[in-house]
Amino acid sequence: MADYAVPEIQADIKTPALAVGTMAHLTPYPAVEKHMVPLGFPDQRVSNWQEKGIEKLGEMLKKYRSLQVYMDICVKCGACADKCHYYLGTRDAHNMPVQRAELMRSVYRRYFTPAGKLLPGVVRAHDFDEEMLNKWITYFHQCSQCRRCSVFCPYGIDTAEITMAAREIMDAIGVGHKYSTEIICKVHDVGNNLGIPKPALQGTLAFLESDILENSGHEVRLPLDEEGAEVLLVAPSADFFSEPHIQSLMGYAKVFHQAGIRYTISSVAAEAANFGMFIGSFDQKQKIAKRIADEARALKVKRIVVGECGHAWRVAYSFWNTLNGPFDFLDPRYPVPQHICEFTHQLIQRGALTLDKEANDDYVVTMHDSCNVARASRMGEKPGGQFEIPRDLIRASCHHFVEMHPETTHEKTFCCGGGGGTLTDELMDLRIQGAMPRVTALTQVMKQNKVNLMAMVCAICKAQFSKILPMYHIPMETVAGVHQLVSNAVQLGAKKGIV
Amino acid sequence: MPSFELKGQTYETDEDGYLVNLSDWNDDVAKHLAEVEGVEMSESHWEVISFLREYYDEYKIAPMIRILTKAIGKKLGKDKGNTKYLYDLYPGGPAKQACKIAGLPKPTGCV
Repeated sequence: MADYAVPEIQADIKTPALAVGTMAHLTPYPAVEKHMVPLGFPDQRVSNWQEKGIEKLGEMLKKYRSLQVYMDICVKCGACADKCHYYLGTRDAHNMPVQRAELMRSVYRRYFTPAGKLLPGVVRAHDFDEEMLNKWITYFHQCSQCRRCSVFCPYGIDTAEITMAAREIMDAIGVGHKYSTEIICKVHDVGNNLGIPKPALQGTLAFLESDILENSGHEVRLPLDEEGAEVLLVAPSADFFSEPHIQSLMGYAKVFHQAGIRYTISSVAAEAANFGMFIGSFDQKQKIAKRIADEARALKVKRIVVGECGHAWRVAYSFWNTLNGPFDFLDPRYPVPQHICEFTHQLIQRGALTLDKEANDDYVVTMHDSCNVARASRMGEKPGGQFEIPRDLIRASCHHFVEMHPETTHEKTFCCGGGGGTLTDELMDLRIQGAMPRVTALTQVMKQNKVNLMAMVCAICKAQFSKILPMYHIPMETVAGVHQLVSNAVQLGAKKGIV
Repeated sequence: MPSFELKGQTYETDEDGYLVNLSDWNDDVAKHLAEVEGVEMSESHWEVISFLREYYDEYKIAPMIRILTKAIGKKLGKDKGNTKYLYDLYPGGPAKQACKIAGLPKPTGCV
């Protein structure tokens, strides 16, 4: 295994002194022909890439007025500079959100403003040349699109959208990222990011049913492709593969069982994730999301419930209706879509579930808010539901819950360090260093409050922390899903059914 | 395309050292891949590898960790049927490091 430099955790998160190019060496693996062509991208970098790239930027400025505004409006006030986890962890100036965006703004000024066209040196306009493209490849893959910087920007500039636009432009000239493009191809070919074929999924679900039976004595079902079920459950495919993800999946299954609500998983849409968002492609986002709407129709369900997956919830909550709506074939009495936390929360409020907090008495729990849930969506009927509903579930499932520092939670939460298409091994240095702010806040409550479990509702966060926390000498068992706590606490059998 | 040579034969890998062709795999290749990973292969290590390969043959995907731990527990004793034991064997993770030595493709997605 490679040796990585792991930052030493300090008492507080401190803004580091600027450094130049500490992360310049860290580039993503380039996408290959067999993953680019099926997505409608050129098989390799096109010969007239400069011209094509500038043309694409021009198209996007017209198509997305927001991008045009973000190019023009920044006054370089610096409010965002020390808000990015990747800057705090790596010290690299280009990982300051303003400097990252400047990589696109300087090209924009060069080709789309009169001053930049005439006097590029005076307005710091820059050619879209080889050097600039290399910086785009490097630093637009060192942004996790977490939007923490946007919370602090007095103009509301969404730097994640700039990153998405840059990736879309790069894909258009044949310069893609292997990680995201390979995964998107698997979704189209097999139905999920991991590439789990139907027989394997069937076997996995049957295994889990017998596992739950063995451990609880109850026949809890994990049904696949069952037409006429009330609910289509769309979980991230990591829930069928990894620890601790699988624990949450068993939690969802127990909740459905105990509520007496028939549900099904779909082999065609056994994936909530939508990496189309990470590469900024509207078309891919739409195509990936369409599987779910089509399956909901085919299986004749009345509701769609989304599992613990951060960016999937953003796509579902904020974009599904535009991408594949209207969802008028579903039961109008329920929200479209519904988050699994919201679903379980309602059941608890209606008295349909009995939770034994003692089951989690070994844990002192804290909550890591996942960026796409916290800053790009809502949950439930009230503002702030995306923060309160998962916390209500935690508090209903255990006796000991404490918050981390308020500057690191709710809308100010820090990214896990692996979001937005960066959860890949070649970017490990970035992932380790980018996790530093969250690990610092976690370490504080571990010391002060004896916290030994960090709950969350995102598959990427769970995978990233399971890998990274041990490098900081924190056990990987510290990472948990919110429904893992529910799974431990929910009482099966005694009282069943709500309707 | 990256590759390595072993006993006069060239084996193609991806950027992270995973075999490109599943059929290229044999005991010598596994030993070589383990050496690169810094893993010393014991009988228990081979049990994991052979289970992974059997499962992959049938399902075209690596097994969920829980299935693997249960199978290993059955084979090597209940005290060894847990994630910790697997990580003791393969510190780089059963899904990624063990798959690499077993000649399986790298798992993709949020893992």
